[in-house]
Amino acid sequence: MKKLQKADYIKMYSFMLKIRRFEERAAQLYGMGKIGGFCHLYIGQEAVVVGILMTIDKNDSVVTTYRDHGHMIARGLDPKRIMAELTGREDGYSAGKGGSMHMFSKENNFYGGHGIVGAQVPIGTGIAFTHKYNGEKNICRTYIGDGAMNNGQVFEAFNLAALWKLPVLYIIENNKYGMGTSVDRAAAGLDLYKRGEAFGIPGEKVDGMNVFSVIEAADKAGKYVREGNGPYIIEVQTYRYRGHSMSDPAKYRTKEELDNYKQTDPIEIVKAEILKKKIATNDEIEKINKDTLEEIKNAAEFATNSPFPKDSELHTDVYL
Amino acid sequence: MSTEILMPALSPTMTEGNLSKWLIKKGDTIKAGDLIAEIETDKATMEVEAVDEGVVLDLLFKEGEAKIPVNKAIAIIGDPNEKVEVKKEAPIEKVIEEKKIEKNIETKIENKKADIIDTPSPKIEEDRNLSSEEITMRQALRDTMAEEMRKDNKVFILGEEVAEYQGAYKVTQGLLEEFGKERVLDTPISEHGFTGLAVGAAFKGLRPILEFMTFNFSMQAIDQIINSAAKTLYMSGGQINCPIVFRGPNGAAAQVAAQHSQDFSSWYSQVPGLKVIAPSTPYNAKGLLRSAISDPNPVIFLENEILYGLKGPVNNDINFSIPIGKANIEKEGKDLTIVTYSIMLQKSKEAALRLKEEYNLDAEIIDLQTLRPLDTETILNSVKKTNRLITVEESWPIGSVGSEIANIVQRDAFDYLDSPVIKVNSADVPMPYSLSLEKLYLPQVDDIINAAKKVSYIK
Repeated sequence: MKKLQKADYIKMYSFMLKIRRFEERAAQLYGMGKIGGFCHLYIGQEAVVVGILMTIDKNDSVVTTYRDHGHMIARGLDPKRIMAELTGREDGYSAGKGGSMHMFSKENNFYGGHGIVGAQVPIGTGIAFTHKYNGEKNICRTYIGDGAMNNGQVFEAFNLAALWKLPVLYIIENNKYGMGTSVDRAAAGLDLYKRGEAFGIPGEKVDGMNVFSVIEAADKAGKYVREGNGPYIIEVQTYRYRGHSMSDPAKYRTKEELDNYKQTDPIEIVKAEILKKKIATNDEIEKINKDTLEEIKNAAEFATNSPFPKDSELHTDVYL
Repeated sequence: MSTEILMPALSPTMTEGNLSKWLIKKGDTIKAGDLIAEIETDKATMEVEAVDEGVVLDLLFKEGEAKIPVNKAIAIIGDPNEKVEVKKEAPIEKVIEEKKIEKNIETKIENKKADIIDTPSPKIEEDRNLSSEEITMRQALRDTMAEEMRKDNKVFILGEEVAEYQGAYKVTQGLLEEFGKERVLDTPISEHGFTGLAVGAAFKGLRPILEFMTFNFSMQAIDQIINSAAKTLYMSGGQINCPIVFRGPNGAAAQVAAQHSQDFSSWYSQVPGLKVIAPSTPYNAKGLLRSAISDPNPVIFLENEILYGLKGPVNNDINFSIPIGKANIEKEGKDLTIVTYSIMLQKSKEAALRLKEEYNLDAEIIDLQTLRPLDTETILNSVKKTNRLITVEESWPIGSVGSEIANIVQRDAFDYLDSPVIKVNSADVPMPYSLSLEKLYLPQVDDIINAAKKVSYIK
């Protein structure tokens, strides 16, 4: 397992907290009518993307689903510009044309942000194809929601990735519900990580509420893929505290279930570890909390003050 | 009694073949199912089995003889005891009969070819770099891909049967040998998956040429084409482009019925973010495919199976290209305008000849070449000159490319029109299988002539 430095703990805590505060603020702006359309929050799942982040090379590529704000923050993108995309302003990462579900940053090798369930899986496989074609040692991390694991193109992509030994790491974020349908009502066979077995793709299941478990699995899987052995699947067991999207009151699950997961809150786990290992004091953590809150507050202010795109932008970016 | 073994049609569009090898010799006794010959078509070399039984009395062609028409007798089998009698009794008659059959076949083939007139357009004649040699559309496409692959190693090709099989329609012949399996990739029958993969590769900077065995199968991948390839540049605020060419045969082939004979030109032309091209000759196929491969946007390149064998001169300059979005005035005229594209250009040209001969109507023919973006300027200028317009295309009538042209022309050249615009399309039904119904379904030369008469108020 990757040896974690003191700074790594602080980095993990800061990023996870930043994602949480960002999403809470996004929910607030949504309620105020500043953010429209669909808005899928990542609260509860922070350990997944931050755990993976700890094992990533900056030239590796990432592609994910529409629940993407946390992924962008973890990729080191500017929360101000992410939030400005949510508010549909010209400073947003997609200049206000993409919105919550469709955000990209080519310079950061972040390839979206895809709104169609499952579509990002062949795409991520194609990005991995390019790494291999170009003779690069990089890999593409392709995130998949549990809902997409019943989608045909996912298996077509698995087949191609295994057939051509492509450097792609598939990360199934199993947050237990595809919109309002629980995994056991959608998937025949609950071990989603085994769904690559028929193609010879190894897989494993990981506790996604615990960032340390995620790092351990991601590190091992990342090495396997980078060494040219072909694809690998990690199924990360996680949970979203909020509904599927802002318009979902999540009545399909009990309060007890939610409270139960909150007992193992991913951010609290890291914080407890930091205090236990005496990496930082309570005061120092408080300072991170305060700074993060401030940063996100500024992001929201930036995003609501950024101008709407010019009318002339309607017709740009259709063709290069 | 003797039986003739006829040159078989090994594909729906085959009209002739080469006898590459006999697997039997005179005097052999053959049973149904025995292999008798190797026949080479423009697509493949195949072994042919006997369907009748008997002793080989005669082989009518030598190995290596080429261009033997389909349905022509290539061997005679029968009972050897009757052999002498047959030969003695009716040798002359037999020959005459054969000649008759041959002639019938030739006439039939000529009729078939008459649908595809192959005279170079004036623009081609003006081309000083025109090759003296004529090549097929298939070869023009192949050569252009190879030329572009030599120039830029980010260009690669993938699709079903494109590598080892040399292409289901032989359009990728020889590419595997020259560029290797890293750049010429056979895919599983998995359109949704490999299209998404190719789109991802294009996002990341490669320049895939994706062959759909036919565009009918692009429906399996339509989400990746529309939602991913066409929209991502816009959704990413201009950051991520998708330099990919989706190519393959589109529209009707010959009697492959509803699921394998659909024209998707208007479907794709509706989508912002896509460019749509439909070549009609080897010449413009070369120029347009080069532009498509070099274009930084997703391009739908609609070929036509029946046109693959069409021969014509080309410009062999490896940098020769025809700009996307430019129509070609295939033939100038003053009495009416025919706007068309792809295979219907050939039928329109034939109609124009007959319109001149039979009705003294001088039709101007515009070959769109690109369907999106549409060259409205060339269309409008023509209509302003001729004051009459018909559109001719293979797609279904509702919401077709012609529908949009009719809309543009009534909006921007209303005062120039002397008659309503008339569209000639395929029938508004799924493609039937039967030869007779298929012919009814597709626009024919007579339909074009009737439309031209109608806009010219000729009864």
